[in-house]
Amino acid sequence: MRDAQLFVALLREPAGAARLAPEQWTPLLALARSESLLASLAHRLDGEPLPARVRTILEDARADAEQGQRQALWEAEMAQRALAPMGVPVILLKGTAFAAAGLPAAEGRSIGDLDILVPRDALDQVQEALLVAGWEWVKEDAYDDLYYRRWMHELPPLIHRERDRMIDVHHTILPPTARPKPDAAALIEESVPLGSGLRVLAPPDMIVHAAAHLFADGDLAGGLRNLWDLDRLLRRFGQDEGFWEELAARARRHQLGPHVRRGLRLTARLYGTPVRLAGRWRASDALFERRLLARNGWGQTTRRPLRFAFYVRSHWLRMPPLMLARHLWTKSRRQRPPMRA
Amino acid sequence: MRHEFAVQVGPVGFRVGSEWRAPVASLQRLYEGYPPPEGGVADFSVRLEAERPWRRWMKPSVAIRGDYVLPDAAPLALAHGLLAAEMGMNLQMALGQKRYLLLHASAAERDGKCVLMTGASGSGKSTLAAMLGEHGWRFMGDEFALLDPETWLLHPFPRAISLKNRGIHAMEELVGPDRFGPWLKGTPKGTLRHLRPRQDAIARMGEPARPALILFPTYGADTAVRPVGAAEVFVRLTQASTNYVTLGERGFGALSHLVTEVPARAIDYPDGKAAMEAVEALWAELS
Repeated sequence: MRDAQLFVALLREPAGAARLAPEQWTPLLALARSESLLASLAHRLDGEPLPARVRTILEDARADAEQGQRQALWEAEMAQRALAPMGVPVILLKGTAFAAAGLPAAEGRSIGDLDILVPRDALDQVQEALLVAGWEWVKEDAYDDLYYRRWMHELPPLIHRERDRMIDVHHTILPPTARPKPDAAALIEESVPLGSGLRVLAPPDMIVHAAAHLFADGDLAGGLRNLWDLDRLLRRFGQDEGFWEELAARARRHQLGPHVRRGLRLTARLYGTPVRLAGRWRASDALFERRLLARNGWGQTTRRPLRFAFYVRSHWLRMPPLMLARHLWTKSRRQRPPMRA
Repeated sequence: MRHEFAVQVGPVGFRVGSEWRAPVASLQRLYEGYPPPEGGVADFSVRLEAERPWRRWMKPSVAIRGDYVLPDAAPLALAHGLLAAEMGMNLQMALGQKRYLLLHASAAERDGKCVLMTGASGSGKSTLAAMLGEHGWRFMGDEFALLDPETWLLHPFPRAISLKNRGIHAMEELVGPDRFGPWLKGTPKGTLRHLRPRQDAIARMGEPARPALILFPTYGADTAVRPVGAAEVFVRLTQASTNYVTLGERGFGALSHLVTEVPARAIDYPDGKAAMEAVEALWAELS
């Protein structure tokens, strides 16, 4: 807990770097790396007095993140070229969107797969165009494939056979089985064009999506990074005229009001983000805070029971109980590859 | 982590944490005389953990984890903890090192210039670098050579040399027992024994050298030397690099410079003595 608290405090208040003893840096750097926030920390500590070795390590992390973003933007360009002839809107999500839109949230942001959102009725067309342009299915298993198609908010993952990069094609931002039902058509309708022909979500919808991803889907693994996205986005957009009221309205429309408000409370708590309309701190927020900070200075996860509880919750959120039982039954009965003697 | 060992190897600081004492004790013995990480800050952390909680005591099984992890990496027996640490450190370099173009190669220096040797496992590049290190050259590394894309200098990575099978016997004839690690028998890589480089290699681990000769050694045939064209060297070195693609344009620039400026030869050799003679002859002619 101490290392994670210290790390979060440093992101919040970079001037604290000057007070750190040399032996505190190695655990901090390991923890930052395991949360995919090393390059973000590097940006945050830019201009602070740092030990020479720490400066070198952080410079390398920044250069690596920049190269990663160059590759991510190229991948977006490749998808754009494959999909442009169809004339359907292609909306970049998450890290690639931040980088393409030139937002401060992109600074040091690590980017893995390319995530895009397209209209649901264009899915077949999009899938076809991507397959023609060299993407291939990653999973061969028929049950997994069916599972994605019936119950998920995205196509099964595709990987490009030459560039070895994955693309996730979403048609909405939460699984259809989740209780909140975001208005995907409105997300697309309100999206903002970039010069390139690609689009990004409108600023309040970016925040709604980040909060949905963090609190309505998944087990909060790597959550400090997603929460950092929220902080960066809110600091950028929070001073715009009417932003907070618009955010509240959009959150309500997508049935994600409580999730967004929890995101605001937690990012204010951990990163000191100036927020409005967040509501009062709730007892359950403390559990989320403990879960977010469940990592030590060796990069190991801690608080096993709490993490397990959030893991169970992630399935609960995603599926009604009967369906969950059937899903786990099928998974457990699945033929395993033969064991080697 | 219960037990911890930290060491500087060339320009990189490592921290190795272990749930057992034995691997750390072996590391301390093997790396005697190496400095701790520069400024007290480690670039990378390696963790030797029980594969499952109960495997700390029952049939101890060492999972190799750290800042960077291979999801399918097989765990090792506790008796092979030293190998687990070595593989963990290699993995961090292969996946996490982004400052230098990382070449899977051995290297040795003389007069500020160095020979770079790369080849498949079993080509004898480790043993050859180790032998040069005992015969008037400074040993720079047996596994990774680090090419700086800004200066085009090669930085040493003189970790303990990982000797296999016949390489162990070749070096036992040259070096007393105090610099050797324990025998590691029946590992996934066969029989292994580590050798601590000479003191000069450790003391000068911060000094880079200018690449002057690239060799592709092959063990087994009669001595033969053939030139290798820049295009072939380029392709073979991209295959010998774990981060060429990740470095993007910097990697391309560094490698292009290397293959156009530095002569390259493939050498076949029947034994260590012949290999050393061939290296010395090529060095006199080309460097």
